[in-house]
Amino acid sequence: MSMQQLSVFLENKPGALGEFAKDLSRYHINMRALSIAESRDFGIIRVIVDDPYEATRILRESGYIVQPTPVVGAEVSDEPGALLHILETLSEQNINVDYTYAFVSQKKNTAYMILRTSDIPGTEKVLGKSGVTLIGQDEIVDED
Amino acid sequence: MSKYFQEQIETASRDEIIAIQNEKLVKQVKHVYENVPYYRAKMDEKGVRPEDIKSIDDLRKLPFLSKDDLREAYPYGLLAKPLSECVRIQSTSGTTGRRVVAFYTQHDIDLWEECCARALVAAGADKNDVVQVCYGYGLFTGGPGLNGGSHKLGSLTLPMSSGNTDRQLQFMVDLQSTVLCCTPSYAAYLAECVNERGLRDKIKLKAGIFGAEAWTEEMRHDIENALGIKAYDIYGLTEISGPGVSFECSEQEGMHINEDHFIAEIINPVTGEVLPDGEKGELVFTSLDKEAFPLLRYRTRDICVLSRKKCSCGRTHVRMAKPMGRSDDMLIVRGVNVFPSQIETVLISNGYPANYLIIVDRQKNTDSIEVQVEMTNEMFSDDLNTIHAREKKLVDALKSMLGIRANVHLVAPKTIERSEGKAKRVIDKRNLYQN
Ligand SMILES: [Zn+2]
Repeated sequence: MSMQQLSVFLENKPGALGEFAKDLSRYHINMRALSIAESRDFGIIRVIVDDPYEATRILRESGYIVQPTPVVGAEVSDEPGALLHILETLSEQNINVDYTYAFVSQKKNTAYMILRTSDIPGTEKVLGKSGVTLIGQDEIVDED
Repeated sequence: MSKYFQEQIETASRDEIIAIQNEKLVKQVKHVYENVPYYRAKMDEKGVRPEDIKSIDDLRKLPFLSKDDLREAYPYGLLAKPLSECVRIQSTSGTTGRRVVAFYTQHDIDLWEECCARALVAAGADKNDVVQVCYGYGLFTGGPGLNGGSHKLGSLTLPMSSGNTDRQLQFMVDLQSTVLCCTPSYAAYLAECVNERGLRDKIKLKAGIFGAEAWTEEMRHDIENALGIKAYDIYGLTEISGPGVSFECSEQEGMHINEDHFIAEIINPVTGEVLPDGEKGELVFTSLDKEAFPLLRYRTRDICVLSRKKCSCGRTHVRMAKPMGRSDDMLIVRGVNVFPSQIETVLISNGYPANYLIIVDRQKNTDSIEVQVEMTNEMFSDDLNTIHAREKKLVDALKSMLGIRANVHLVAPKTIERSEGKAKRVIDKRNLYQN
């Protein structure tokens, strides 16, 4: 069920992110979600794409530093406290969340959380048991 | 088996060495003044007469010779013997592309080969050894020098020259070579091949003498482990004779300079002032015995440090550290001498590419130094803390090498310009503010 996110090294300079977005579009890489971790000189761009393996190959070939990173994707319902439920469930099992970010599927009109934790298989198991719907890489692809 | 090739001179007391140097220097200055008009003019210009040089304390009165002098005097301007007495030349293009032609009498070749024999014995060799010389032969001094040294020692000499790795390995196995002489990068390559082809148990090497290019302690360990040998450094330059001007002993901590043949000085490369032992500066050599091409106070452009610390090997001759850079590349940052080659060494040993850019700046009267390094897939991580920890490790390693803090700036791959030959590695923005 797990998903691969691409972590990309990008220099912290004007236009770098725009250039990256242009390259994704030039190589027909569909980006579903994006999050940025910034440092003084550089940032780590974390993206969810349709085909992480093909995208890694293409991006590396065009000179990017790219690392596929396993993450967990979870559906978040409209109910209040859905996110809190996820975080509490993990915390009870001593699973640390390194970072998390959200995105919305246009088609299904659903919100998803991407979670990077200290224990990916453990996270999948625990969340699955507690009734959270997990998504796989295939399910984020819009059939357009 | 003796520990020394010429024990008496290699273990002579300081007083004995100084006495030898005094006597030879007086003679040598006279020889040069009488036979080399180019240097005579330099001495006359400085108002120094041969009789002013009574001992090595007077050495600093003599003018320097530089690479520029060698170029200007090319080809015969520094020759001190008639060609009828010369038997050989050796030549090098040098790192800066200027050709140097050095002349030798038979006496000059003998003393050069003796120096190489001393190096071989210091590496544990004697006449029972099989010495595989895979330095280039010909104009380059590497092959002829070690070849001659091995002959003087009476070892079986394999004059392989460089290249043809299959043949090198075949001889290494079939003739059971015990001592390998080549450049450190070729040694590393041979070591790789030996292990790839499963020949490690079939070879009998015990020592290697590797010189003619810069190498790091990491390379030394890698080669030693891969071949099961002890790896020794050797230093020399065509202008002064060739390999064997100095060599490492069993201590593997600095190279003993053959002080009965060469006087070493360390000078401030900017002012020319002679620095005390232990201080870092440009290495200057005076050859005491050379007849045909006797250079006095020749500036090598190599930056290094001399040590007179007693050596456990029993040799009394001064030791020089591995050169840490070229004086022409030296930067002075916050009063500290910094060499790009030091930074390069740290980068390589920390797993970064050797492609880098050094940016020196001055803000509020304080110098800053930044090293730009390209990120690699191996050094990258999805975790900022991991990258920061690696960065900090690099900053710490740079600080311990340079003595001052240098900031590290990680940049995208292929953003630092690559150039053939001598890359432009330094941007000194401080110059922009000078009028
Ligand atoms: Zn020693």
